[in-house]
Amino acid sequence: MESRSGDREGEEEQHRRVPLRERPEWSDVTPLPQNDGPNPVVPIQYTEDFAEVTDYFRAVYVADERSPRALALTDEAIQFNSGNYTVWHFRRLILESLKIDLHSELGFVERMAAGNSKNYQMWHHRRWVAEKLGPEAGNIELEFTKKILSIDAKHYHAWSHRKWVLQSLGGWEDELNYCTELLEEDIFNNSAWSQRYFVITRSPFLGGLKAMRESEVLYTIGAIEAYPENESSWRYLRGLYKGETTSWVNDPQVSSVCLKILRTKSNYLFALSTILDLICSGYQPNEDIRDAIDALKTTDMDKQNSDVDDIGDQKILNMAGSICSILEQVDPIRVNYWIWRKSRLLPST
Amino acid sequence: MGELATEKHVRYILSVEKRKDNFESVVMEHLRINGAYWGLTALDLLGKLDTVDVDEVVSWLMSCLHESGGFGGNVGHDPHILYTLSAVQVLALFDKLDVIDVDKVTNYIVSLQNEDGSFSGDMWGEVDTRFSYIAICCLSILHRLEKIDVEKAVKYILSCKNMDGGFGCTPGGESHAGQIFCCVGALAITGSLDLVDKDLLGWWLCERQVKSGGLNGRPEKLPDVCYSWWVLSSLTMIDRVHWISKEKLIKFIIDCQDTENGGISDRPDDAVDVFHTFFGVAGLSLLEYPGLKPIDPAYALPVDVVNRIFFTK
Ligand SMILES: [Zn+2]
Repeated sequence: MESRSGDREGEEEQHRRVPLRERPEWSDVTPLPQNDGPNPVVPIQYTEDFAEVTDYFRAVYVADERSPRALALTDEAIQFNSGNYTVWHFRRLILESLKIDLHSELGFVERMAAGNSKNYQMWHHRRWVAEKLGPEAGNIELEFTKKILSIDAKHYHAWSHRKWVLQSLGGWEDELNYCTELLEEDIFNNSAWSQRYFVITRSPFLGGLKAMRESEVLYTIGAIEAYPENESSWRYLRGLYKGETTSWVNDPQVSSVCLKILRTKSNYLFALSTILDLICSGYQPNEDIRDAIDALKTTDMDKQNSDVDDIGDQKILNMAGSICSILEQVDPIRVNYWIWRKSRLLPST
Repeated sequence: MGELATEKHVRYILSVEKRKDNFESVVMEHLRINGAYWGLTALDLLGKLDTVDVDEVVSWLMSCLHESGGFGGNVGHDPHILYTLSAVQVLALFDKLDVIDVDKVTNYIVSLQNEDGSFSGDMWGEVDTRFSYIAICCLSILHRLEKIDVEKAVKYILSCKNMDGGFGCTPGGESHAGQIFCCVGALAITGSLDLVDKDLLGWWLCERQVKSGGLNGRPEKLPDVCYSWWVLSSLTMIDRVHWISKEKLIKFIIDCQDTENGGISDRPDDAVDVFHTFFGVAGLSLLEYPGLKPIDPAYALPVDVVNRIFFTK
């Protein structure tokens, strides 16, 4: 994770820069160096240009100078360090005081984003501007995030912003298609799955989860069949039955996609764990599922759970136990989780 | 497996802000309070906090305190809830909480709670479950949790819970290990962990462990030492930490050390920084690595510090 905003892209910029002390428009300002407090823990070293911009910024900030040149200075200061809350804060005060047309501010943020887009302050600033511009900014904002997501499709800030735009400024109409598009590019993109769930549960045009379930189950099963090792699509499938466990247990589409994958004998971890979850919620596996699971057992497991005389619940319980044993072997890093699952299997009667 | 290069990490942390001509230190200037918290807490876990001049740190911290009761990231910077928590945590480390006007700091945090129970980071109103955690953690350390509407705060956090059991930054936001730490931490501190779907969340969290032993923050992302801490501490808080392979995670963190110059990076062979050094040491502490002080998973402070706050006053 990016903890600090290292705007290294700005370093090249420094070489072409005219120092503020040599610019006529700044000749009346005395830069104000950082006061590290009465007893600085350790003095901080500044690179020369960074220090100069910061010192001039401090001077205009302390003088509360809300002028065009101060606005231009915040631009430079942000380029040096986009993580500085104080500079962004002062920039907004200037924009308000000078009644600047905020459309141009969108361009500024876009330039900043080209350097470093993983920065909370920038996104918050963008939202502040968009909020002031109102619904007319909706499409611009959707396009802006689209651009960022085309470079990094899991960009957390961009997705958060996009979700806010949809809810506050609208633009839901094409969002499900957009999710499909991104999932076509990368079916493992958990952010796109998250957005998809957001759309089907919150879009004012789609009628909610229940109305969307049938078509979404079909879509998701297709995705699962293509890549059964995809954690995201399995979780999405489960999410489609949120709060309706009975429908989930009773929907034959769920157990049949599991069966289909179990029979391939590869990448079946999530299919198997889904069957386990289903059984724990009251599902009664049929003969086909039982055979498919038996086929995955190793010989030593056969010996453990081969009591053919068992009937009904005990038989299902044994099968759930076998599932846990298989998962312990195919997912060794989480062996303790599967052992715990096994320990929780209790006869339901 | 290699061992934790304790001495070298101590030297690295002590030297980090003294380094000359370092672009990194310039960029850190505005969040120096966060840096102080990461560095000093790591030093304490390593048993070397006594090498620091307490009075110097405390007087510098106090010069970052604003009239409003909030702390800036450094002298002359605007107050923000992010820096206020770090300041309070550092004061707690040194048992110096009595130097601040507790009611004033409390009022600052209380003023940031919104109608829906969420918290803003500062006067500009950015809302995020990170700020809910920060507010709750900070007020709890100050023994002033009752000054906010805890019930509403918890309700807001729960509105950010997803169908996979995780939490996002705002309602509907994608589950993310960092946000999960914040939400679970806030729920732990307010005694509301019964509202977490522990088995579902625990499974999502333990799915974050990848073959190398490290943990990622979201599906299909690279493992990272800082995410390892957020997942690990969340699993610890919901009592499911035995679901992951501790040995493999220890090995991953040890592999992220710079054994020559000290410090820990996000993943093996990357450049080290104080942030990941702290989270690496904190993770090892939670994994009961020998020679480290134990850390509290919710407050992210050494357990003896947390005990001193809650049991001796
Ligand atoms: Zn990291």
